[in-house]
Amino acid sequence: MAKYTAADFKSDQEVKWCPGCGDYSILAAVQRALPQVAEALNYSKERFTFVSGIGCSSRFPYYLHAYGFHGIHGRASAIATGVKVANPKLSVWQITGDGDALAIGGNHFIHAVRRNIDVNIILFDNQIYGLTKGQYSPTSRLGKITKTSPFGTVEHPFVPGELVIGARGTFFARSLDVEVKLTAECLLASAKHDGTSVTVILQNCVIFNDGTHKDYAGKEVRDERTIVLHHGEPMIYGKNRDKGLIIDHENLCLKSVRIGENGITEKDILVHNAENPNPGVHMMLVNMKFPELPVALGVIRSVKDSTYDDNVRDQVAAVRKESSLRNVDDLLRSGATWTVE
Amino acid sequence: MGKQMIETDDAVIRFSGDSGDGMQLTGTLFADTAALLGKGVSTFPDYPAEIRAPQGTIAGVSGFQVHVGSSVVKTPGDYCDVLIAMNPAALKANAKWAKPNATIIVDADSFEQKDIEKAGFKSSDVFAELKLDDKLIVYAPITSMTKECLKDSGLDNKSMLRSKNMFALGICFYLFNEPLDHALSYFETKFKKKPELIAANGQVLQGGYNYAANIQAIPDTYIVRRSDHAFEKGLYRNIHGNQATAWGLIAAAEKAGLELFCGSYPITPATGILEELAARKDLGVKTLQAEDEIAGICTAIGASFAGSLAVTTTSGPGLSLKSEALGLAVMTELPLVVVDVQRGGPSTGLPTKTEQSDLYQALWGRNGECPMPVISAKSPADCFDKAFRAAKIALEHMTPVMLLTDGFIANGSEPWRIPSMADYPEIVPPIVPEGTQGYMPYERDEKRLARRWAVPGTVGLEHRVGGLEKDFLKGSPSTDTLNHQRMVDIRAAKVARVADFVPEQEIVGASEGKILVTGWGGTYGHLYTAVRELQSEGLSVSLAHFTYINPLPRNTEEILKHFDKVIVCELNMGQFAGYLRMNFPQINFTQYNKVQGLPFTVIELKEAIRKLI
Repeated sequence: MAKYTAADFKSDQEVKWCPGCGDYSILAAVQRALPQVAEALNYSKERFTFVSGIGCSSRFPYYLHAYGFHGIHGRASAIATGVKVANPKLSVWQITGDGDALAIGGNHFIHAVRRNIDVNIILFDNQIYGLTKGQYSPTSRLGKITKTSPFGTVEHPFVPGELVIGARGTFFARSLDVEVKLTAECLLASAKHDGTSVTVILQNCVIFNDGTHKDYAGKEVRDERTIVLHHGEPMIYGKNRDKGLIIDHENLCLKSVRIGENGITEKDILVHNAENPNPGVHMMLVNMKFPELPVALGVIRSVKDSTYDDNVRDQVAAVRKESSLRNVDDLLRSGATWTVE
Repeated sequence: MGKQMIETDDAVIRFSGDSGDGMQLTGTLFADTAALLGKGVSTFPDYPAEIRAPQGTIAGVSGFQVHVGSSVVKTPGDYCDVLIAMNPAALKANAKWAKPNATIIVDADSFEQKDIEKAGFKSSDVFAELKLDDKLIVYAPITSMTKECLKDSGLDNKSMLRSKNMFALGICFYLFNEPLDHALSYFETKFKKKPELIAANGQVLQGGYNYAANIQAIPDTYIVRRSDHAFEKGLYRNIHGNQATAWGLIAAAEKAGLELFCGSYPITPATGILEELAARKDLGVKTLQAEDEIAGICTAIGASFAGSLAVTTTSGPGLSLKSEALGLAVMTELPLVVVDVQRGGPSTGLPTKTEQSDLYQALWGRNGECPMPVISAKSPADCFDKAFRAAKIALEHMTPVMLLTDGFIANGSEPWRIPSMADYPEIVPPIVPEGTQGYMPYERDEKRLARRWAVPGTVGLEHRVGGLEKDFLKGSPSTDTLNHQRMVDIRAAKVARVADFVPEQEIVGASEGKILVTGWGGTYGHLYTAVRELQSEGLSVSLAHFTYINPLPRNTEEILKHFDKVIVCELNMGQFAGYLRMNFPQINFTQYNKVQGLPFTVIELKEAIRKLI
């Protein structure tokens, strides 16, 4: 098996995102992750297929040396689903944004997740419509002032992780555009996961929504205001690793505590179990919001379940085994017939 | 009993009752029985959109018309010789389809005052109110006789009543001297797990048969004998349009050596295709019941990109939803078959009724300059051939293809001489082999102007396609203005070039004369019958019935110009006529149109054509 480097996945197309756009680091993270995926899963390069919808993020396939399909607005999940069912050997990736996946493509998105088809979805969440120059999206905060909400939005945003779990998703991860290494880690885990995986990348739109994530993603505050979760490890965060999460039994919610204060020791801190099919804690984790709680990053949920593409394959094989029909001539002659002589 | 058996060349029987009365099954069993004996058969299910509208009302009436002939019959018949009406509402809704001397068999038990009122009659003498004095009315106590047949069966009342349709079928079998075997063997398969129902339905069927033999009200019986040389030699089966469409697609996939993928959303009257394909996993068919119409076509486009023969099936409203994605398929130049089983529109319209009003939508319902081949099927069995041809064009010319059928031929059935797949042509899609150097995604072959298909997973052919305008060769996005013009031109030329690969238009009758009747798609049976009958009266009338619509066959103009008058008959307000005018402005076209959710009748067509003389 050939070994690849990031350079093998660079296309000859000039990258045309705005200077300073968060998408550049995501592209770098994907180009970094793909050789690792190929190595881990023993994939050769021609199996990688990237499908996108419409929006800034959806230009992504042009910038990657792989099979690529730049679809129409909102429909990437459906197109990717068709690609995977038709050709299950492919490693299918969907690139989408908060508008593409959650507004116009919301229906396809939740159904792809529900079916648990083995597609790796990377959702760039910049909480704004960039390509149409600055209108609010389904993840824009209530009250957000944009060109189409000059007095602030009056609608509540989606929390993508909550939507994914609500649609019975089996994999959800979250990263920051600037955290190239963490993003690559999440993407490798998503590729290894059988079934639909959704990795949300909190991305900065430097032109129309600059700094939307900076309160928790800013370099100076990131360690204190985000928590990177790892399966099997305690939920500890902070530069000095002095903060952790516990269950507040009285209010049945997560609570941030300081280790060493009020008799709290590391043993009291919750241990992350991404593989727990029960979505209770995962739901609380995806909903953690700054400033009350740190924003959760890393692989939050990764549970095993049968996948749509495997079920299709198994059913076709099972039905074939039982049927006496072998070809169209057999089919046409099946059932009631008569002969004219 | 002294009853006479009268021989007849053909007969039309119309079964009608409540949606829950099982009239579709009753009619199907009658049709299949005749078909299996090698007679000509054509069927027309005429049912409401509601699954179970309020019992006994006009809205809930479901009908099924069967035309049986000693030789080939091409239509389900305009008017019926025998009408079965299971209740007053069925009688009221269908009496207008009875011939002057028709026999009408009613379930006498369902003609209580309350039933008559529910059906909206003004008086209690329903027959006088409907002016049926010229008809032979047979009052058969179908409900009570059915119960009588089953009094020892141990079945509850509801289950007993469920088989009263078989009593009616038994009467019809007697009336037309048809055997009970096929229906009896159907019960055995259908009720394998409920043996008590095999016995019950058989008993009731026989009961109806015996009842008809005994009563004086039925003076004579009829027989349609199979004529010996009416059908070409071979193996036959009965087939519905939707089933034929599904099978034609499977056949094309087999010929092309590809997997068949169907992404669809259920919609009347197209759902039968998805259902049939979903049942054919034994032939490797993959179906995906999508979350909506858009996902139906988009999963199909994805599957096409990934190397399958991809199809999506729908009806008018669904096609509207697919418009944007059709443009994507045109732009990415991927093979795709879109089947539109037309129904009455606009909007939700008349979901269970037939119409041909999606032609303009099929030809032009997309943004941008966005041509695609459009072909249509002319009869239930022809759906097989046209689905195959649509797939062949899609795969070899690298284009989405629209196949138009309609509710009438989709649900209707006819006998079909089963072809051998060896007689069907090969399908050779331009798949790029592994190891090809210098692949340019939008480079074209000279004959068809089709680009080549590089399937993901093939070493060294990584490329990107999408909805942005393409560079003429590389396929990468291009905003170059002259490149855009070139691409628009070549996409149009590619579709026009399909004309070199479709058969020339045929004519029924002389190739010149006074009147040329034209039409397209599912009206073939009626137009053919009308024209043939007029020809036998000595009139100078020919028929050019089109199935290839875009592009039109190359000899179209040559045909049209050899007639004094050309009349375009279609079940819309003149869409094909408009299309012909656009293509042949020098020719004068007359129209005959109908939009009543119903097929033409041969009688009205003949009258319209005669008026031109």
